[in-house]
Amino acid sequence: MSQPIKLPKWVDVGVIPALNILAALAVSALVILALGENPIEALDVMLYGAFGYDEAIGYTLYYTTNFIFTGLAVAVAFHAGLFNIGGEGQAYIGGLGVGLVILALDGLLPWYALLPLAMIGAALFGGIWAAVPGWLQAYRGSHIVITTIMFNFIASALMVYLLVNVMIKPGQMSPESREFAESAWLPMAHQMFAVIGIDVSRSPLNLSFVLALIASVLVAIFIWRTRWGYAIRTVGRNETAAIYAGIDPKKTIFWTMALSGMLAGMVGINEIMGVQHKLLLNFTAGYGFTGIAVALMGRNHPIGIVLASLLFGTLYQGGAELDFEFEQITRDMVIVIQGFIILFSGALAYMFNPLVARLIGRLMPARG
Amino acid sequence: MTSDHQQSMAGGGEPPAIELKGISKSFGPVQANRNVTLRVMPGTIHGIVGENGAGKSTLMSILYGFYHADAGEILVDGTPVTIASSRAAIDLGIGMVHQHFMLVDTMSVLDNVMLGSEGGALLDKGERAARAELARLSRDYGLTVDPDALVGDLSVGQQQRVEILKALIRGCRILVLDEPTGVLTPQEADRLFEILDALRERGVTIILITHKLREILAATDSVSVMRLGEMVAHRKTPETSAEELAELMVGRKVLLRVDKPEPKIGETILQADNVTVTDAQDVDRVKAVSFTVHAGEIVGIAGVAGNGQSELLQALAGIQRLSGGSFSINGTRTVSAATPYNPHEARGLGIAHVPEDRHHMGLVTAFPAHENHILGHQDWDQYNNGLLLDREAAIADCAAEMERYDVRPPNPHLPAASFSGGNQQKLVLARELETEPKLLLVGQPTRGVDIGAIEFIHNTLVAMRDQGAAVLLVSVELEEIMSLSDRILVMSDGRIVGEMMAADADPQRIGLMMANISEDDAPQGSPEGDKAA
Repeated sequence: MSQPIKLPKWVDVGVIPALNILAALAVSALVILALGENPIEALDVMLYGAFGYDEAIGYTLYYTTNFIFTGLAVAVAFHAGLFNIGGEGQAYIGGLGVGLVILALDGLLPWYALLPLAMIGAALFGGIWAAVPGWLQAYRGSHIVITTIMFNFIASALMVYLLVNVMIKPGQMSPESREFAESAWLPMAHQMFAVIGIDVSRSPLNLSFVLALIASVLVAIFIWRTRWGYAIRTVGRNETAAIYAGIDPKKTIFWTMALSGMLAGMVGINEIMGVQHKLLLNFTAGYGFTGIAVALMGRNHPIGIVLASLLFGTLYQGGAELDFEFEQITRDMVIVIQGFIILFSGALAYMFNPLVARLIGRLMPARG
Repeated sequence: MTSDHQQSMAGGGEPPAIELKGISKSFGPVQANRNVTLRVMPGTIHGIVGENGAGKSTLMSILYGFYHADAGEILVDGTPVTIASSRAAIDLGIGMVHQHFMLVDTMSVLDNVMLGSEGGALLDKGERAARAELARLSRDYGLTVDPDALVGDLSVGQQQRVEILKALIRGCRILVLDEPTGVLTPQEADRLFEILDALRERGVTIILITHKLREILAATDSVSVMRLGEMVAHRKTPETSAEELAELMVGRKVLLRVDKPEPKIGETILQADNVTVTDAQDVDRVKAVSFTVHAGEIVGIAGVAGNGQSELLQALAGIQRLSGGSFSINGTRTVSAATPYNPHEARGLGIAHVPEDRHHMGLVTAFPAHENHILGHQDWDQYNNGLLLDREAAIADCAAEMERYDVRPPNPHLPAASFSGGNQQKLVLARELETEPKLLLVGQPTRGVDIGAIEFIHNTLVAMRDQGAAVLLVSVELEEIMSLSDRILVMSDGRIVGEMMAADADPQRIGLMMANISEDDAPQGSPEGDKAA
């Protein structure tokens, strides 16, 4: 009978997430204190490490790019009521699609001609990797969480097999493909800035960041402004009403998962075409999993996802600096902070609501 | 016990069993109860009526310790008390039978009754005591239930009896029933009122919350009316009438009977031949049903919930597939197991569907009103602009319809969940009638809808009929079927067991048909109707 507390929208999307992050940082500060270091200093180092100089900003935004893609992937599935845990595997296989396209065509076409083809490769491979669990969920009732997790392992095993046995560059020990021709590399940020005469330090940031921002806009339009997005949201909110409205939930689930996998697959554009310039193992480095936290924090809205991605990009990049600067703090501290952020903005997301509601009630007395 | 209590009491020296003084309760900006005063005399049946959202349930939740009043006082037997939890309420002798039963289907009656009062780590002793107590209560009040039957196997009426037993076995002297007859056949309801009479004879005080005025008039000693969170009137039941109570509830004059002109029957729109629907468990829910609906008439299907009406309606709307038989629309499209259609095609053929359960089917409650306004019409050209949805068109359309149907508040951006039941139903009706359908399928059009809106919805349905639409109406409210329909079909156990013109219908006869008891072998005195469930 008791209803959740209704807060003004600006509080719900602005104040509450900020409070949640502050709480997470406060608890993290206690941990740093317990380790015998100064948390204020640590925060300072972290922020400097993430934004203090142009190379740092480049790294931060490069991580952000990956998180945007995987965050969007999780969010799109979530709007249909699906919990896609398989972003990691879909990104991995998406990268395979990118690699195959470029390995086949890199001497023949320049990067701008390759990019659409590579994106199709990423979308096709990542999409299929998600659509299969989607089909199993829709038509066979296999739970999407279970199947997408299993598909992560299958993806991992498949990549090891391909790189060790099939695609490895002859005559070398490490399981990697040959490097792509330089003409196939996506332009780096420092190269693009150099064209317009601005000198920027070298970093892995590349054109993919722009693609990620475009993808965010397109996803927002698709979900809230098209009949297909409407169908997805209807299925997610109320499957019975969807059937009543003539929307086929099974088809919707299948295609939503395919779309989700396509978005995750775009990580391959950033990593393989943009940064690594060859196919290799484990380039997804957990971005798929972090995407879940990103979508959760970003409330499954592209704007929130971009902001949350930036936060996690900051943590990834700034956290690395913590490791260098402090004797007692290792890189794992980042995972601890991440953990607290997920805890406070996910599991305990509504902890501050009653408090804020009471405060607002006191400041703005109810009318009537 | 002060002297002013004494003076205002009708029956002499006893204090009221329950007295509420100046109870107020708000949820955020919404004031659910405002300065509510109520006196319930011991050993009486006291009715509380009011529209949905009038604050009846909140008031009873305060009495049962679910909510705490912001202000006001509660007196039980003249003594001020604080009721901090339902446990405290039980200790004070207050029992509650909820609209939706709080029973564990897979456990026996005995286990359910004991739940929460097991009396120690081992069940043995508590079980023996509970069994003896059950036997005593059955004897005293005529509340017969087999203590070893599984609750899931019992009829709805019997499950309700278990709820009452549960309250009594905890020593309840004041019993609150929240909309107790919503799920019962007329016969089961009569039986319930007999039980309440017996309880009253033995000194139990009963508070009956309902929106059915007929029950108030038939069963209570006195009645209190709530409107918009306030207690607006107290009446002795014999001194009031349905018209007066309705007016008090709504705040204006209400027409309880539907005035409708003679039907102008047109061509056959829906022709069903041996329609059979089978559910996922392979049980036939609709068994070879045949009937017709013509343009310009309202055909009502009466029946106890769960006797196949829902499945029939969904099959006609294209939501469920037929497993046998067929039906034809307009004489042009024949739908059968081999040639199924879906809701999309059904809409294209001029069928509109106001589903029985607007929360689970008719609306996406999290969506704003304007998005609900295009549910089922999301592919229409008028709501699409190339690849994109034309949100502005949907919003403008929705706002116009809200105006026409007097939906309050008329704000297309509010989520559907924040409208009252009546206004939600108007949203659904507005959407479905916008298409000017040839065939209108309507399920439970006024379930959970307040009296003011019921009048409006009934008039709207009659207006559709007069414009030449064929209307198929499914409702568990017999009164509604009787007052709206031109022709009545009665369904029981998936079959049509009776058909009559509305003019020839009488509720007693339909009630027996609903329970699938033929008039000849209707038991004298207490038809239980248990078979039907």
